[in-house]
Amino acid sequence: MTTPDTGMSGGPMAIDVTRTPSRCDGRPVILDVRDLSTEFVMKRGTVRAVRDVSFTVREGEVLAIVGESGSGKSVAALSAMRLLQAPGRVAAGEVVYRGKDLLKLPAREMRDVRGNHISMIFQEPMTSLNPVFTIEDQLTESIRTHLKLDKKAAAERAIEMLRLVGIPSPEKRVKDYPHQMSGGMRQRVMTAMALSCDPDVLIADEPTTALDVTIQAQILALLAELREKIGMAVILITHDLGVVAETADRVVVMYCGQVVEEACAEDLFEQPLHPYTLGLLESIPGMDETESDEPLYMIRGMVPNPLNLPTGCAFAPRCDYRTEQCVREMPPLVERADGRKLRCFVDVTEVRQ
Amino acid sequence: MSEWNQSSVDEVPMRGSESQKADETFAMGIALPDGEIPVYEHDETLHDKPENQWLEMWRSLRANRAALVSLVFITALVVIAVIGPYITPYNPIETEMSNALKPPSAEHWFGTDQLGMDIFSRVIAGTRVSLTVGLLAVSIALTTGIILGAIAGYAGGWVDTVIMRLMDMMLAVPSILLAITLMAALGKGIDKAVIAIGLVSIPEYARIVRGNILSIKENDYIAAAHVVGLSDARIIFRHVLPNALSVIIVRATLGISSAILDTAALGFLGLGVQPPQPEWGDMLGRARGFIFQAPHTLLYPGMAITATVLAFNLLGDGLRDALDPRARIK
Amino acid sequence: MTEPLISLRHLSKHFTMDRDLLGRTTSVLKAVDDLSLDIFPGETFGLVGESGCGKTTVGKLLVDLYTPTAGEIVYGGVDLAKLRPQERRRYCRDIQLIFQDPYASLNPRMPVGDIIAEPIRVNRLQPAEKIDDRVGYLLNAVGLSANYRNRFPHEFSGGQRQRVGIARALAMEPKLIVCDEPVSALDVSIQAQVLNLLDDLSEEFGLTYLFIAHGLNVVKHISDRVGVMYLGKLVEVAPKRELYSNPLHPYTKALLSAIPVTNPALRTERILLEGDVTSPIDPKPGCRFASRCYAKSDCVGCDCDVEMPPLREVSPGHLVACYLHPGD
Repeated sequence: MTTPDTGMSGGPMAIDVTRTPSRCDGRPVILDVRDLSTEFVMKRGTVRAVRDVSFTVREGEVLAIVGESGSGKSVAALSAMRLLQAPGRVAAGEVVYRGKDLLKLPAREMRDVRGNHISMIFQEPMTSLNPVFTIEDQLTESIRTHLKLDKKAAAERAIEMLRLVGIPSPEKRVKDYPHQMSGGMRQRVMTAMALSCDPDVLIADEPTTALDVTIQAQILALLAELREKIGMAVILITHDLGVVAETADRVVVMYCGQVVEEACAEDLFEQPLHPYTLGLLESIPGMDETESDEPLYMIRGMVPNPLNLPTGCAFAPRCDYRTEQCVREMPPLVERADGRKLRCFVDVTEVRQ
Repeated sequence: MSEWNQSSVDEVPMRGSESQKADETFAMGIALPDGEIPVYEHDETLHDKPENQWLEMWRSLRANRAALVSLVFITALVVIAVIGPYITPYNPIETEMSNALKPPSAEHWFGTDQLGMDIFSRVIAGTRVSLTVGLLAVSIALTTGIILGAIAGYAGGWVDTVIMRLMDMMLAVPSILLAITLMAALGKGIDKAVIAIGLVSIPEYARIVRGNILSIKENDYIAAAHVVGLSDARIIFRHVLPNALSVIIVRATLGISSAILDTAALGFLGLGVQPPQPEWGDMLGRARGFIFQAPHTLLYPGMAITATVLAFNLLGDGLRDALDPRARIK
Repeated sequence: MTEPLISLRHLSKHFTMDRDLLGRTTSVLKAVDDLSLDIFPGETFGLVGESGCGKTTVGKLLVDLYTPTAGEIVYGGVDLAKLRPQERRRYCRDIQLIFQDPYASLNPRMPVGDIIAEPIRVNRLQPAEKIDDRVGYLLNAVGLSANYRNRFPHEFSGGQRQRVGIARALAMEPKLIVCDEPVSALDVSIQAQVLNLLDDLSEEFGLTYLFIAHGLNVVKHISDRVGVMYLGKLVEVAPKRELYSNPLHPYTKALLSAIPVTNPALRTERILLEGDVTSPIDPKPGCRFASRCYAKSDCVGCDCDVEMPPLREVSPGHLVACYLHPGD
């Protein structure tokens, strides 16, 4: 791909998307989420949206958290960032960043962490920008607060950031209002804003879901490139396994508020172990030549009522491989010899053969 | 706080949608679509009965104390309006000059007015007039307003322009002034007052209905109704208006109180009911000369107006929350 | 060759964006511009394009939610646009629509049974006493229990609501169903359920689909033929296998390569398009895709910036609008 700052003009472009060799392990842990639980207290009962979720983020890696709506993937990230709104509250757990538990930090220090060390971008670039301020206003304010720069230096930095995220003629576009930009451009601005303070960790919550396919490809390529340049870690929250396969180093799969599987991306896509992961992968209308007129594989039924979760495995009612035991008791999340984590009693690979 | 933080904290839609999804998944307890997999037993209990909208609404209303008290009060008013004339201790239109301007006592609970009429009896008897006027005036305004607003909102284009400019013209004149002008043309009398008050409040309803219809019209289910070949009239009455209903009900409740106030104002100006017919506003108007000698002559009809208007307003607020499913969930 | 079920001939839908003081149009959004397309009975035609390309407008033109600015929609031998409203309604009964957003497409104040029964009742498709049975039958056909008929839409999940929407369309006993991104608002595991359901129903009810989507992956599974739209124009039409194995238009190639795939073996070199989809308002002359086209420089002496290339057949059934592939 051409570097983003060359702007819109351009001849043929193609990038090689084969992934860099696994950086799945070995790097130091930068963010450690331990036994996080989040509840929503509603009139009809308490929804345990996140249940004992643990994961680690290593320096410079892309960790994907995958799940469908109601899986708790976004809530987990918001809880970790203490951005949860009532009626949601964190019931238990720790989020350790540089030796400090973010959940116990005073509000002021937490704001500092959110601005300078961990940033977030959201799904809907439309509503994440304030419509009455120019891009420059919004970018510089953030930069000035967190980097303690003067106005001029901040403005320069703003333009530099916009160039970094591939916005053409940033000197002009910086004066634009959000409505003057397209969805893809806004998502770039959001990214610029999130990156303007050199974060260690970027949490990207469905960053491409609202975008067109060709724009999605642009943003994903941008994120990959920025990660190389800046060396930050990315937590990518998404429901799209295709996106995960192309960008992530490690994957956490969530279902009904729990982690059901965790593995290096290559391993997960080569050999999914949890029946839910397997089902998700198989139900994607693929691009293979083989499948065609046969019906798609489908996971039957639907997500259980979060107020009334099954006693056993949450996925058991929809599972093709379930046993008596699955219905009776909840399988624990077990770390296997190969380092993968799995919450399932059944060895899917064996049953399938 | 930085802009970035603000924007992240303001990120309501996103987080809202997540919790909304959590709410929506409430509904998923109902059996699985394929019927192939058994539903877990304990899941059936939650949603085995369809939710009754009116029951839900009543529950929510009951939880709102002010609205509940208002509802009880208004029910009592209605009862008084119906049986009032038969239970008054005195004839409300019988004058007894020798007994004028007496302060409240055991015989005359609210005292007597400048003509010696029993104020308690007149306040009781006046309830019927005030409530009837309120309801009738609102009915006139509501029916016409809904029709005009629905046509304007649904048809759009020049029809919309003509109707709404007309409404704007009416809104440009203070409503009570317009009502007085109308009364001047129509003549005095309570029936004329009802018509005048009804007519001048049409624009408010028309605007509210139109605004709602414009937003409802954009929904896919309206397009769906077109696609399955429904007529415009059917779409308006079966699909558009029911969805605007909650807003209309709330507005009407609030409208009753303002109609009562307007009647009182017209009565006060001597344009409404004709004496000796009892009416709260008229009672106030005629007693205003005695405010220092006999304040009770103003106090009780004034209290009746205030309490009734307050009750309708509080009920309206309660209904607004009760009719809004989103407000109900919390 | 069989007769097409429906033919779009030089169909255009323009929206006026701005007028001058004299009321003359000064700015036009060409949502659909001179589009011709045949859909044959029993087939599923996938129509693909990014937001703003006019694919949804095509759907709305077909179901008479929009009136065409120019061109014909020929169905059953007559041009729908020329019919009087009463007659048009009778023809349009055969063409139904499934919406993208299952949350906005059902009236929240009506029980789902009424939502499905209403079209039957109003159009007198069944005798009154049989309507109840028919509603139960349709609910079962889309995989819902007939006992759900008294429930309100908000009690259902997204996938179930989409099923109700499908049942409403089926109630009209249609020949053609326009599916406007029917699964893009649903969760992955539910998408597969709905796609399979649509597949089953087409056989059971003898349906023809126009399946609108923004990505080529969903359409691949369900379609027989696929058309790719860009800014109001069809740029490529081909049978499914042909299109996916031998895409010709540069835009089709870019769209195909942009699909994230889970199987590393299928990963191809990605073509990244620069910039955004250009605005369909007051389009410049020339090929609509020219401003983003990476292959333009390969086409020496072509009129890319002068005139939109016509859609030409390059091999049987494979049509493409690009000067690089002039056909015969």
